[in-house]
Amino acid sequence: MNNSALFIVTVALVGGALRVSTPFMFVALGECLTEKSGRVNLGLEGTLVLGAMAGYAISYRSGSPWLGVLGAGCAGSVLGAMHGYICKLPRVNDIAVGIAMMLFGTGVAFFFGKPYIQPSAPRLDSFSLGAWTGNQEIATALQINPLLIVGIVVGLLMAWAFANTRWGLIVRMTGDSAASARAMGVSVDLVRFLCTTAGGFLAGVGGAFLSLYYPGSWNQGLSSGQGLMAVALVIFARWNPIRCVIAALLFGAAGAIGPALQSIGITQGYYFFNAAPYILTLLIMIASAGSKRAARDVPGELSITK
Amino acid sequence: MTDIAEPLGRAAISLGQWGDLSVRLRRGAEYIAIPLLALAITGVLFSIFLLALGKSPIEFFQLVDRGGFGTAFSVQNTLQRSSPLILTALAVALPARIGLIIIGGEGALVVGGFAAAVVAIPLVTGNVPPLLTLCVMAAAGMLVGAVWIGIVGYLRYARGVNETIASLLMTYIGIAFMNFFVEGSLRDLTNPNKPSTMPIGDAYMVGKIPGTDVHWGLIAGIVLAILLSILLSRTTFGFAVRVAGGNPRAALAQGLPVGKLIVICCAIAGACAGLAGFFEVAAIQGRANASLVAGYGFTGILVSFLARHNPLAIIPVAILFGGIVASGGLIERRMGLPDATVLVLQGLTFVVLLMSETLYGRFKIFQVRGATERT
Repeated sequence: MNNSALFIVTVALVGGALRVSTPFMFVALGECLTEKSGRVNLGLEGTLVLGAMAGYAISYRSGSPWLGVLGAGCAGSVLGAMHGYICKLPRVNDIAVGIAMMLFGTGVAFFFGKPYIQPSAPRLDSFSLGAWTGNQEIATALQINPLLIVGIVVGLLMAWAFANTRWGLIVRMTGDSAASARAMGVSVDLVRFLCTTAGGFLAGVGGAFLSLYYPGSWNQGLSSGQGLMAVALVIFARWNPIRCVIAALLFGAAGAIGPALQSIGITQGYYFFNAAPYILTLLIMIASAGSKRAARDVPGELSITK
Repeated sequence: MTDIAEPLGRAAISLGQWGDLSVRLRRGAEYIAIPLLALAITGVLFSIFLLALGKSPIEFFQLVDRGGFGTAFSVQNTLQRSSPLILTALAVALPARIGLIIIGGEGALVVGGFAAAVVAIPLVTGNVPPLLTLCVMAAAGMLVGAVWIGIVGYLRYARGVNETIASLLMTYIGIAFMNFFVEGSLRDLTNPNKPSTMPIGDAYMVGKIPGTDVHWGLIAGIVLAILLSILLSRTTFGFAVRVAGGNPRAALAQGLPVGKLIVICCAIAGACAGLAGFFEVAAIQGRANASLVAGYGFTGILVSFLARHNPLAIIPVAILFGGIVASGGLIERRMGLPDATVLVLQGLTFVVLLMSETLYGRFKIFQVRGATERT
């Protein structure tokens, strides 16, 4: 591989990281918040799909993509609230509810989304990080969407809030020991309900990014496991919002390997590269699940690693 | 299994209270009544949903009845679709008994069907007798399915990898893996319409059960469900599985080989789903292609949960959902509802069913005085 090809691939990888990573980032941050409070929501894949559909439909109807983003978040928080409410009933397993919510969210999205497969909705605008270079290729590759910035800011805010605010402390305490939270007079169910709802909101916004920016249309194959992979990334990021953001960026770059190699003419194994993100996630899970550091950082009440 | 029989004897003493027949009958009634109640509540909620959309719920349920169970043709169609559902539900039930929530039946079905279609290619061109070919195909499908889910079980035990996420990831990997070959090196170039493997040919297809239009997969599913039910309830292996599922640490303390049991359960589960894939290829499609990804694996999860992971109860529940799936096309045409209607109904059923878990032990009628509280 000569220098110019290497350059193209590098630009494509960075561009891919900037373009593809946003939904991973939002879902991972949402799941991070939920898991910090001691509950697992595996249904975020369904939330992502419903958010994508709702965002697209609202943007099409209202003409405003940002209204679509808000609507997607609200749709996601409805699913999150359902999950949060059901899991607070005694004897209900949060992982099984997550699977049910995944099927339910996808079903509802496909049901109401059918009329929106054809029409074209207004998209979110983007701006370029690479405009100053004067190089057209770089400028195009480094197009970024404001939602990416929002995601990074949310990640930083969450990390700050966990460490420095009373609410952050309450969430962490609820996640580490429900008994001590109760002893402090905190309603464990309420905290987890709110965290799951807020997590659903973030995942819904991530879905809106899929349908309103990249790939930028609504269809039934829009999300194939991104929500699930993001949930797995949280374990890898060891429940730290900043590491969630970094993991999402790395993951976006990894997802761009296939198209990047295609752009310099390596088309062999296109379908293998389709499988690459899943294989990578599985390898990441294998590497991080058994690690001592993960065992140290895991919220004590979490059922996902037991 | 003789090496685990001795500690089991000791474990059995603590479970003696379950021997009381009247307790078991009352508790059994609870396990039937609460899922039925959940189904009824789902029906009401779904009717409200349809009414809100301006559709008639009565028409909907009439169409499910007609499209799924009304005529001889629709009953056969339903049974045809129940066969993969029984097998994929078994793929959920067995790991569930040992405490694992595996949702990768769809992936095992796809790779199992793909493996069956691939081993068939040299056998068909070599004119090997059909019966032998089918046996080899079924074995290949089951073996690959067993390895596929067995890996998930191994990762769970050896590395603590969450089996639910891992098994779903394996599904995506399996589908991408099949597409890689089907659109690449193993593609049948004489079929330009849809990327597929070479067809196995009519002479090599699995036949129908005499007098019906239903393939032998249904019988295979029912027989396997009965066998697995016996395995779970009447053998030392099944007992060990139930002990390990109830309390893995106690099982380890008793000297049960928990890791081995987990991997074996997952492997049997994968073999069931792989067999479903074999029947989809050898009885329906005739080749491996994207049609294998039909959602049977996901419906199977719901079937198993509704049957409370009981292999025998899976049979009627699978037939019920086979009927609902089979009536989907009719509902789409007659009522102008999208094909995802069935998905919404399934999702709603699943959610309500899991909510109903909280009702166990709440009704006095199922409680027997003096019996210990269910945990």
